[in-house]
This record gives sequence, structure tokens and C-alpha cells, in this order.
Amino acid sequence: MSDFWSMGGYARYVWPCFGFAGIVLLWNIWSARRHLDAAKIRAARALAMAASEAP
Amino acid sequence: MTVGAWEAFWLIVHREMRLSFRRPEQLLQPLVFFLIVTTLFPLGLSLQLSLLRDIAPGVLWVAALLSSLLSLDALFKSDADDGTLEQLALSGHGLTVIVVAKTVAHWLVTGLALVLVSPIVGTALGIPTEAFATMLLSLAMGTLTLSWLGAIGAGLTIGLRRGNVLLSLIVLPLATPLLIFGAAATERAISGASVVGALYFLAALCVFTCTLAPFAAAAALRITLE
Amino acid sequence: MWTWFYKLASPPYVFGAAAALAPWLFGAAALAIAYGLIAGLGIAPPDYQQGEAFRMIYVHVPSAILSVTVYTVMAVASAVALIWRIKVGHAVAAASAPIGASFTLMTLVTGSLWGRPMWGTYWAWDPRLTSELILLFLYVGVMSLRSAFEDPARGDRAAALLAVVGVVNVPIVHFSVVWWNSLHQGATIVTLEGPKMPGSMLWPLLSMWLGFMLFYGAVLCIRVQGEVLNRERQSAWVREAIKS
Repeated sequence: MSDFWSMGGYARYVWPCFGFAGIVLLWNIWSARRHLDAAKIRAARALAMAASEAP
Repeated sequence: MTVGAWEAFWLIVHREMRLSFRRPEQLLQPLVFFLIVTTLFPLGLSLQLSLLRDIAPGVLWVAALLSSLLSLDALFKSDADDGTLEQLALSGHGLTVIVVAKTVAHWLVTGLALVLVSPIVGTALGIPTEAFATMLLSLAMGTLTLSWLGAIGAGLTIGLRRGNVLLSLIVLPLATPLLIFGAAATERAISGASVVGALYFLAALCVFTCTLAPFAAAAALRITLE
Repeated sequence: MWTWFYKLASPPYVFGAAAALAPWLFGAAALAIAYGLIAGLGIAPPDYQQGEAFRMIYVHVPSAILSVTVYTVMAVASAVALIWRIKVGHAVAAASAPIGASFTLMTLVTGSLWGRPMWGTYWAWDPRLTSELILLFLYVGVMSLRSAFEDPARGDRAAALLAVVGVVNVPIVHFSVVWWNSLHQGATIVTLEGPKMPGSMLWPLLSMWLGFMLFYGAVLCIRVQGEVLNRERQSAWVREAIKS
């Protein structure tokens, strides 16, 4: 099992490599969710303003 | 009095040239910048001429790229500012003719000027005179291609805040093949190897860009003006 | 068949379809990536030349393929938006740009980490990494241009034109960099695609590639919903759509 973690001695490259890849994937999910939530809030606000301005 | 496309082209080129020469200092600025930037490299590296020769093609080309970029901003800007651009667009000659005329005129006063100054700069960097023919030819094609890439970028960024930074950001990545082939051609001329391959690729790039870029630049102007 | 095409041009349809598709795409992506990682890290034998370090291929190559694929999708969506004036195209392009840029960054960093044990240096001006770097600049250019305009519609169109111009350049840039590189280096290009890769090495790679593609689709679905909302704020269907 420790063979697996040491990756033939290359562990200090292999694991940060996969780690960074994972970070990028997670960032994508987080960022996309945040973007959608912000868009929904802005849309709700725009609708509310339009409704309050209606005669 | 209706004016044909050819006449419109020449009229606009003529106008651009006259406007440019009304302010000669503006014409000199990119050239001086070219000289200054090339001076920075030996100062920063403190190399003898024989060693400078190795990096000379790259330095020359990077300096030419940056100098050209400086003046591209002005390609459409002043006409856009005072409304002339819209009038030209409405004139019925089609934006493409106008774009071709303006870009050709721009190259004549900027790119061509750089080409003519390049022997001086080349000598300062240790490029041997045998390599000058290739250097001049590659710079001529390269600056023309760059003027076209710049026309697209300028068309997209007219009137934007910090438009010139954005312009450089857009144009420079697109210009990397130019840099590669142009500097390689000059380098091969210096070392005596065959320049034909590099020059052919550069020429291909030039022809490709000159053919398609006018339409892209016209489209860019249409987006900005509408 | 044309009804399908028309549906794709309709913002509320795209919004709803994206919302529905996303969880499935995420699930499929997770499965493909999980298999790819387990098989790639645990089952595939070490490489003859590179030992265990070759395993970095399982993130580097898929991200490289995605970085170019996403740019192409962005360019196609942009072209559709410009030619047929379909605003959803702009939404897809705007949504794709940051995803593609992140994959490009992933390619560069994983490539750098892979390069260190293989070439002894964190950076080398080899054709693929150099092209990727220029691709990153192209992405940044498109995103910067879009955000520089006060009128979002105009920004969309300008960024779309730039994306189309850029996509023409991607093969040119790659070719010129390969040519340039061949002048200066011999065969320092490390590829595992040289001798035929045995199946146990290849399948996890294909699975990771598929997983990354599905992941892109999933994230695109989330982002495109937001982009469509931003462009259609005043429309009537929005009121119902954001109740979720």
C-alpha cells in the first residue's frame, strides 16, 4: 500500500498533479453554482422592480 | 457624383496619408519606440555584438511587434471619435473597402517605416548585411500581416476604456506564428541556412490574413458601430 | 428535425433542458472519472521508461484535449450566434470560456509537474505546452473583451467574433510552434502515444477523457442557465423558472 502512495518515488509530483486537477474540477462546480445563484437573484430583483413600477 | 470602389479606396488612402503627414511627430513615435526598445536589450544584457547576433532576430521582431501595436490604437479611433467613421460606413461603399484602405494606409506609414529603419536597428544588433534582404522581406510581410490582425483588434476595441491594453492582449497571441516564422527566417539568413521554408510560411500567413482579415475587420466595425 | 433546432434556439427550453440534464451528466462523469482514476492509478502497470510518473497522463492529456474542444465549442456557438443571431449561442460561448480556460490551466500545471521528473525542469518550451499557453491567452482575450463592453449584447458579439478569429488561429499557432520547436530540439517531446499503449493503460485514459467531456457538459449546463437568465431577465418565463 505504501508503494501506491510513494508512486515509485514520484509522489511529490504525482499527488500534487492529481490534487490540482481535482481543485480545478471542484472550482468549476463551485463557480458555476455561484454564477447561477447570482443570476437568479439578479433576475428576481429585476422582476420585482418591474412589478413595482407597473402602473 | 457617384464614386466607384477603386476611387473610394484611393481617396481614403490619400486622405489617411495626408492626415498622417500633417502631424509628423505622430509618425516618428513608433519608430523612436522601435529604436528605444532595441537599445534596451543590449543595455540589459551587456553583450558584445558577436553575441548579440544570436538574439538579434528575436529582439528585432519583438520590438517591431510592440512598436506596431502602439500605433494600431489610432487606426480607427480619431475617425470614430468625430463621427467620420459612421459617415464612411453610411457612404454606401461597404465597410470592407474602407477597412482595406485605412489598413493599407496605416501599414504604409507605420509598418513600411519600420522596415525602412530596420537596417539601422539590425546593424546595432549585429545582424550582418548579407541577412538584410531576408530581414527586410520578412519584416515587410510580417508588419503587413500584423496591421491586419491589428485592424481586427482595433475594430473590436474602439472606444473601450483601456482599449489599447485589450488590443495588445488580443493581437499578440494571434501574432505568435508571425514572430516564429519571421525571426526564424532572419536567424537562418544570419547562419547561412536556407530561408525558403520560413519565408514561404510567412508569405502564406500574410496572404491568408490579407484575404480574410478585411471581412473580419469590417464585421468588427459593424459590431462596434451599430 | 428542424423543430429540434428551433427548440435549441429558445432560451426557456435551453434553460429547462440544462437544469434537467445536469445531474445526469454529473453522475455519468463521476462514474467515468472514478473508473479512470481507480484503473489508472491502481490497475495499469507502471511504464517501462517513466515508471509511476506516467500516471500523470490521466489528467494531463484529457485536460489538454478538453481545452481545445471547449474552445472549438465556444467558437462554433459564437459563429451560430453571429450568423443566425441566436442569443443562446452567446450564452453557451460565455459559459464555456471560463471552463475551457480552467482546463487550459490544468493542462499547463499538470504538464509542468509531469515535466519536472521527466525533463528535469518545471517548464520547457515544447510545442504542446507552448501552444497551450497561447491558448490560455486567447481565452483570456475573449473573456476580457466580453466584459469590457458596457452594452452586454455588443460585448457578446465582439467576443464572438474574436472567438471565431481565434479558432482559425489555433491550428496555425500549433503548427508554427511545432515547426519552431523542431528547429531547436531533437526528440525531447515526451509522448506516451509512441509505442502502442497496452489496453490496461489505454482504457483508463479513454475513460478519463470521456469523464472530463461529461463533466464539461454538466458544468456547462449549470453555467448556461445563469448566462441565459442574465440575457433574458425581463422575459415572462423567467418568473416561473427562478422559483426553483
